[in-house]
Amino acid sequence: MSPKRIVLRFDATIADQPIIYRLVSDYGLVVNILKANVNPQKEGTMVMEITGEKNKEGLEYLRQQGVQVHTLTENITRNEKHCTSCGACTAICPSGALYLERPSMDVHFDSDQCVVCHLCTKICPVKAMEVRF
Amino acid sequence: MAIEKSYAEINAKIKEGKAVVVTAEELISIVEEKGVEKATEEVDVVTTGTFAPMCSSGVFLNLGHTTPKIKMHKVWLNNVPAYGGIAAVDAYLGATALPDDDPLNSNYPGEFKYGGGHVIEDLVARRPVRLRAQGYGTDCYPRREIETNITLDDINEAILFNPRNAYQSYNCGVNLTSRTVYTYLGMLKPNLGNAHYSTSGQLSPLLKDPDFSTIGVGTRIFLGGGIGYVVWNGTQHFPEYFLTGDNGEQKGPAGGTLSVLGDLKQMKPEWLVGTSYLGYGATLSVGIGVPIPILNEQICRNAAVKDEDLYAPVIDYGEAYPNAKPGYIRLASYAELKSGKIIVNGKEVPTAPLSSYPRARKIAALLKEWINTGEFTLGEPSQLLPSAAEGLKGKPLKG
Repeated sequence: MSPKRIVLRFDATIADQPIIYRLVSDYGLVVNILKANVNPQKEGTMVMEITGEKNKEGLEYLRQQGVQVHTLTENITRNEKHCTSCGACTAICPSGALYLERPSMDVHFDSDQCVVCHLCTKICPVKAMEVRF
Repeated sequence: MAIEKSYAEINAKIKEGKAVVVTAEELISIVEEKGVEKATEEVDVVTTGTFAPMCSSGVFLNLGHTTPKIKMHKVWLNNVPAYGGIAAVDAYLGATALPDDDPLNSNYPGEFKYGGGHVIEDLVARRPVRLRAQGYGTDCYPRREIETNITLDDINEAILFNPRNAYQSYNCGVNLTSRTVYTYLGMLKPNLGNAHYSTSGQLSPLLKDPDFSTIGVGTRIFLGGGIGYVVWNGTQHFPEYFLTGDNGEQKGPAGGTLSVLGDLKQMKPEWLVGTSYLGYGATLSVGIGVPIPILNEQICRNAAVKDEDLYAPVIDYGEAYPNAKPGYIRLASYAELKSGKIIVNGKEVPTAPLSSYPRARKIAALLKEWINTGEFTLGEPSQLLPSAAEGLKGKPLKG
């Protein structure tokens, strides 16, 4: 069975719950965490691979806990023509994928660091960040 | 003897291709290396630049007469309403106007994907724009409605007229509350999650002529990629210096604004960009560059001030700003703001700009190039704008 790549987003109320442990212990899933981030407000994003027969039940469990579960079939790209390098995304991006290079103050996008949280697509003032499927 | 130059002398040098033109960044190094006196002697013009959202922007359009004629009482461009309360086929389209059917903030935070600023960008990019207008019918203007496509080249005039642009030094916004707020300074995360500022600091036009010694009515400028003019002070032009400490030490200027005008047909979409702020609204990002003639040493000294000595007030947009509470948490220098973090109330807060420094730098470079080629000469102001010395202050609206 090939692993399934998923993105989990959770808020501060469940950030301290051992939800991943439950996936392993209760649903027998093999979990490989690719990226994880908890911001200072304790909101978290996690990208992981899961393998196991009970993966549907495991994902249902996560949803019941209030975790948003998305399949990682998408990635974020930057439309270089639209981006004005204003910088508005750089203190919002939770993973540091969007950052300012100093002293030029040019905005750079490192897609390897991107956790596909979609925040930039919403807050970019000129809609330069796009979702690709 | 103190150096004094006139606009006429500098313009004569520009026409001969002999003027020495440098950007505000370059002037800083020249002054550091050679001193103010030598720099004043050598440099004729300093170019500045800023590229940022400027809500008080818009365009006067003359759409041309139809057969039979219509007095356009209500006007929409790509479904965005324009103001038709002027002559028959004139209209004013404001940057923050939104379609009548926009959900606004009813689905909070609203997206405000398309507004007046986006229509202006579409016009400048020569994309066709859907015009819809209604008239009530008069003997001289009998037609009641029209719906058609227009482009910028089809219509008679399009005059960008922005009543308030190029703020001298804008606030740095933070959020002291425990909920996320969506503001014109972007998304501000709770409990001092981030700090957003919006000025190009040492490249910013009004920070480089803090006392309005050269900028006034008739100053020729870079506006939206074309040539424009300063036509008056901007609205809410209340220039001041921050006073700090017990002795009232003067720090960095703020509060000045410009009212600017130019022919939209000459402008370029790269420098007039439709912009949306989540939960706030639509606007227009405008590129402006102002040339500063180095007439004397004081003007040179002011134009050479660095990020370290220019300040933005850090203000809480969670509670203090919406409730019009005066004052600020602290002053932060643009050097600190650009470093990526500032300390606010003892906490290290990540900073980010909303004003594009790379584009500001490009504007200053383009304006320098225009002057160097002799195609752009300085406009001598008919009158200068009021300075901090005049003590202009904003009046609150009662009600």
